[in-house]
Amino acid sequence: MSFLFYLFSALALMGGIGVVVNRNPVSAAFSMVISFLGLAALFIQLDAFLVGILQILVYAGAIMVLFLFIIMLLDVREEEKRRRPIVNIIGAGGVIVGFIALVISVLLRSDVGKATIPTLTEVEGPGTSDVHRIGELLFSTYWFPVQIVGVLLLVATVGVVVLSKKELK
Amino acid sequence: METALTLNHFLFVSGVLFAIGLAGVLVRRNLIIIFMCLELMLAAANLTLVAFSRFNVQDGQPNYDGQILLFFIITVAAAEVAVGLAIIVALFRTKETTDVTKVNSMKY
Repeated sequence: MSFLFYLFSALALMGGIGVVVNRNPVSAAFSMVISFLGLAALFIQLDAFLVGILQILVYAGAIMVLFLFIIMLLDVREEEKRRRPIVNIIGAGGVIVGFIALVISVLLRSDVGKATIPTLTEVEGPGTSDVHRIGELLFSTYWFPVQIVGVLLLVATVGVVVLSKKELK
Repeated sequence: METALTLNHFLFVSGVLFAIGLAGVLVRRNLIIIFMCLELMLAAANLTLVAFSRFNVQDGQPNYDGQILLFFIITVAAAEVAVGLAIIVALFRTKETTDVTKVNSMKY
């Protein structure tokens, strides 16, 4: 189990580094797909099957196709080889090192984080899969947020149509 | 060598992935790639939610509230990508570039 964890977290992190390092936007987009596949595998290792599948379908499927579509539509060229300002890189490196040091120091101090994965009790029969449980929660406890998200999607759709029109009258 | 996985393992991976996304936002100049790095940061936060959901077991089942929050985050991220890419297309139409250093007419 822990071998798979290290494998897939390495995959996710390498993909993430690929997004930042690749100068070609198309390569960056594909690195991002790799990163999301690694993340989805981590979700499935955490027994979150529905969420792992959703991650692949929505992120690696829909969102990445949208990104690639826009990259190809706009014909974005590689960034010029001009040296990036060294101040930028040093500043960003400082922020990152500080952030990771902060994360490590918080994790080392917390007792919560030392917990190992608790075992789940296996239940058989209908209505016990996580798809069923999440669906039931979504349409009972969380029905109002679902409605709000529906409105949000509608607003986003209308907004995209308005933004894409040639001229606003 | 077979050490048991703890919550810290997952939170650390999530933190490092978030930091990588932050680095991308700070260093890259292409607007589309900055946007991808934003998505990376959102996905890193998702990993935290799933990890907390799985480690908070009640009655032998994970706490599904975290996974439902993640469901909403994915929806909002999808809407955000659609609107953001439409803005990038509109920007490209007027400025002919996606380089953030060349989009500075509101800077001064």
